[in-house]
Amino acid sequence: MRTATRVLKYELHNVLRSKAVLVYTVLLFLLTDVLFRFGGDGARVVISLLNVVLLLVPLVSVVFGTMYVYAAREFTELLLAQPVSRGSLFAGLYLGLALPLAGAFLAGVGLPFAIHARPDAALWGPLAMLLTAGLLLTLVFTAVAMLLATRFDDRAKGLGGAILIWVACAVLYDGLILLLITMLRNYPLERPVLALTLLNPIDLGRVLLLLQFDTAALMGYTGAVFEKFFGTSTGRMAVLGVLLVQATVPLLLASRVFRRKDF
Amino acid sequence: MTTTDTTAPAVEFRALSKRFGRLTALDAVDVRVARGRVTALVGPNGAGKSTLIKCLLGLVRPDEGEVVLDGTALDGGWEYRGGIGYMPQAPRFPDNLTGRELVEMLRDLRRGLAPADVELLEWFGASGALDRPVRVLSGGTRQKLNAAIAFLFRPHLLILDEPTAGLDPLASGVLKDKIRTVRDAGATVLLSSHLMAELEELAEDLVFLVDGTVRYAGHLAGLKERTGEPSLERAMAAVLRRGHA
Repeated sequence: MRTATRVLKYELHNVLRSKAVLVYTVLLFLLTDVLFRFGGDGARVVISLLNVVLLLVPLVSVVFGTMYVYAAREFTELLLAQPVSRGSLFAGLYLGLALPLAGAFLAGVGLPFAIHARPDAALWGPLAMLLTAGLLLTLVFTAVAMLLATRFDDRAKGLGGAILIWVACAVLYDGLILLLITMLRNYPLERPVLALTLLNPIDLGRVLLLLQFDTAALMGYTGAVFEKFFGTSTGRMAVLGVLLVQATVPLLLASRVFRRKDF
Repeated sequence: MTTTDTTAPAVEFRALSKRFGRLTALDAVDVRVARGRVTALVGPNGAGKSTLIKCLLGLVRPDEGEVVLDGTALDGGWEYRGGIGYMPQAPRFPDNLTGRELVEMLRDLRRGLAPADVELLEWFGASGALDRPVRVLSGGTRQKLNAAIAFLFRPHLLILDEPTAGLDPLASGVLKDKIRTVRDAGATVLLSSHLMAELEELAEDLVFLVDGTVRYAGHLAGLKERTGEPSLERAMAAVLRRGHA
């Protein structure tokens, strides 16, 4: 464990100085700041940020993450030639990736709220949920990046896989669900759709956030079923739990591959 | 070091085999690396030199056979690497760290072990290169840093993969002197290189790998005698032609 924190310390040094993380932070900051300036109160800004967070955070996490692990590959070999266990090196590598990205997200989105938003009790719930969703999505998609980059030695394959997974979660998945719903519109699909939603981390984030607002009422009967499940604190805990599982499973798989891999 | 028998080999590869898919990188390799000597590891590209080195470092897990270090077979533990200095071929260090931070990091990772040997580091750092981010360093300067890191922790086994590649003659001379110094102090050196002159200058023993099998292992001078060729280059070519030494 102590070795992991030592590796982490220098990975942090390295990643925090990379321009990509800085650009990501500034981009999120400017966007949130502009949304405030163009008129909204806190709650509206949260809604406007919803899609940005749901699309941009996974994209940056999985693509930057995969590139980062590939770039660190030769250095990882050098570290593995030191008296260091593979497990602690893996932990250091993952945290060195996930923590800066999570920090960049929290700072980029959180700071403008601290500057502009009027202290309003009604805002805390949605804002906390926005930050939690972004944080968990960062953890999920950096874990996926670790898995892709340790599993595939070929960079083109790993990066291709990263983009494919993002497109699948962000675009294709919803399309397929819509197709399913239209094809089987004569059947009561609310529960199967609810189950399918649980499989996609981006959808989970969306549901989690939308149900913070009254917009859920616009979703009709499905919305009501969702509200009934996700609206309760048990439902919300379940969603957070599922997101954590979605971060843990790829990470455990990646760690397994990393420990048995030939470098 | 422990009370190891000083005449026993420092490293012993026993019937080591490794396949990558259909490619056989190592095929039942049996080699002993003598303690306190410089052993040259030579062979054409793709002969299995890197795989052999990586098996010794635990970077590659062999399919069959074992690696025995100071009388103990490697079993997936990692502590033994504290006694090894490794200089990889063309390493890539994290772009945004300076040389000094890199050295600090490695020192941190080996906390509690032998005090550092900063001779090469000072030689490297004399130009002020230690405080610049690694990405702005030239290839040769990076290779100097690579060398300094390998010698830093007074290892009793040094694994050098093409150590003088990209170094200017002056730097290359400093490095060769350093190799002789640590050898005379009792360290074992495993040296992979394509520069025959350098090997003739430094190495006492030679392991010649072709297609994952050992074609010759023994005294470097012995290979020339056996083939009747005047230079190492020609002796190796003769072995390749005949298929054995």
